[in-house]
Amino acid sequence: MSQPLVSIKKVTAGYNGTPVLKDVNLDIFPKDFLGVIGPNGGGKTTLSKVLLGILKPFSGEVTFPGERPNIGYLPQISHIDHSFPVTVKDVILSGMATPRTWWKSLAKEHKAKADNLIRKTGLSGLANKPVGELSGGQFQRALLARAIINDPQLLVLDEPDTFVDRSFEGELYSLLEQLNKTMAIFLISHDIGTISSMVKTIACVNGSLHYHPSNVLSAEVLKVYNCPIDLIAHGPVPHRVLKNHG
Amino acid sequence: MQNILSLFEYQFFQNALMAAILTSALAALVGTYIVSRKVVFISGGITHASFGGIGIAYFFGLNPFLGAVAFAIASSLGIEWISTHGKIREDSAIAILWSLGMALGIIFVFLTPGYTPNLMSFLFGSILSVGMADIIVLAVVLLFTSLFFVIFSRPIVYTAFDPEFARTRGLPVTLIRNSMAILVAIAIVLSIRVMGIILVLSIFTIPQNTALLFSGKFSGIIKGSVLFGISGSILGLITASIFDIPGSAAIIFVLTLQFLISKGVAIILRKRKKTRKSSATGEEKNSIHEPHIKE
Ligand SMILES: Nc1ncnc2c1ncn2[C@@H]1O[C@H](COP(=O)(O)OP(=O)(O)O)[C@@H](O)[C@H]1O
Ligand SMILES: [Mg+2]
Repeated sequence: MSQPLVSIKKVTAGYNGTPVLKDVNLDIFPKDFLGVIGPNGGGKTTLSKVLLGILKPFSGEVTFPGERPNIGYLPQISHIDHSFPVTVKDVILSGMATPRTWWKSLAKEHKAKADNLIRKTGLSGLANKPVGELSGGQFQRALLARAIINDPQLLVLDEPDTFVDRSFEGELYSLLEQLNKTMAIFLISHDIGTISSMVKTIACVNGSLHYHPSNVLSAEVLKVYNCPIDLIAHGPVPHRVLKNHG
Repeated sequence: MQNILSLFEYQFFQNALMAAILTSALAALVGTYIVSRKVVFISGGITHASFGGIGIAYFFGLNPFLGAVAFAIASSLGIEWISTHGKIREDSAIAILWSLGMALGIIFVFLTPGYTPNLMSFLFGSILSVGMADIIVLAVVLLFTSLFFVIFSRPIVYTAFDPEFARTRGLPVTLIRNSMAILVAIAIVLSIRVMGIILVLSIFTIPQNTALLFSGKFSGIIKGSVLFGISGSILGLITASIFDIPGSAAIIFVLTLQFLISKGVAIILRKRKKTRKSSATGEEKNSIHEPHIKE
């Protein structure tokens, strides 16, 4: 196997001196498709922030064994000001910023790229609208376009399916499948059905992290992992993740 | 009418007019950042904290403006630090800073022997006593701030909208946010001269909210705020001179009137757009006669 893109070793992290994650280890390899599940407040978002380098761990380290990968990020939508006066196109273009070019004005090809993504994510006609006029699902798609515009090697998605409407859900998943051909994906999701049909491996995060090297989990294993997930909300138990017991 | 025209012949009125225009332009830029980031309350804290600096500077015989700037910058950076490191309740911290600044100011002004400055002019501004030196300082700061906003327009918007994402893209978020915090502090202190501590936030928020009725874009709000802010302060100043009332209060009155009228205009425009759209497609009829089918 090739070397990992990112290697998280013995990381303990949290806020104001209180740890949320304890002694977490995780390697992410090129073209991985990792589903991250766990209860609310279990530390999924915290793990993604450590991975992205925007939260410094108390101890342990995050290393990039190869060249530092370009990482795309779709934050949890509830953490972002939906009423900020900025247009869809400008939001998407902000994904083009890099450490060396953030102060430069944008090139024509960047704008063409943004236009292309606006079409791909079904936002045609909304490019020059302020994000405040978008629905939750449309806003999330704009943030997805922002995350992938710079062709990352690793894509971190924090609950990208909270608001996405039925009509786009299928398109979102086929888009992710297509993206996975060129980039690793770290997908946090509440929706265990999503996880089942898409991901290759699963991580359970609830203070600690349990890595599961396949996309099939039994309820017993979840119990052993101490990874309770709310299944009631999802109707019939998705077959591919949770094997029916009995 | 002749009275109004003759006003413009007086030096003091020309100065006041210049100061009002420059202050409005500066507040248009900085206020757009304040309103967009929803940090109006923080800005109130900075404003009032600066009075502590004014009092202390008076007591020690220093320039009160410099005292105010020092206090404002320190509190602005302090709050920025608290909001990112968050170990205390941010809103309570601001309220403490707010009242402590005022308390320090009043203590030191009272302790200053001999001449005591006119408190009313600090609290409500004194636009008619603005001098050439004030105008030059305002012009220089406005020029610098405009350049900063033009050159760094994208990073300013990116770091205000989503600082964590900006950090993942390698932007120097802390540097940009701190620079903005300093600019906010300086702009507020300079505007106190014209508007006074208690009234100054109006020119950083009312024109912006009027502009927000017509634009959902950061740069559009700046342009709208420049337009509404400058025209409002000129009209306010003239009104103040005619009725012989304080300039700052008259400016706020005009700015609010602008907002209310614009709100009415915006509502009418939106209604018209809707009817035009639906009558063009014949939807209006349908929506009246055929109930929408729900799934
Ligand atoms: N900025 C923060 N400051 C303090 N505590 C936080 C912060 N962000 C999250 N937490 C706490 O850390 C814990 C884990 O949060 P999070 O990683 O967002 O969980 P999840 O994404 O799995 O729902 C929660 O108890 C939450 O209250
Ligand atoms: Mg979360």
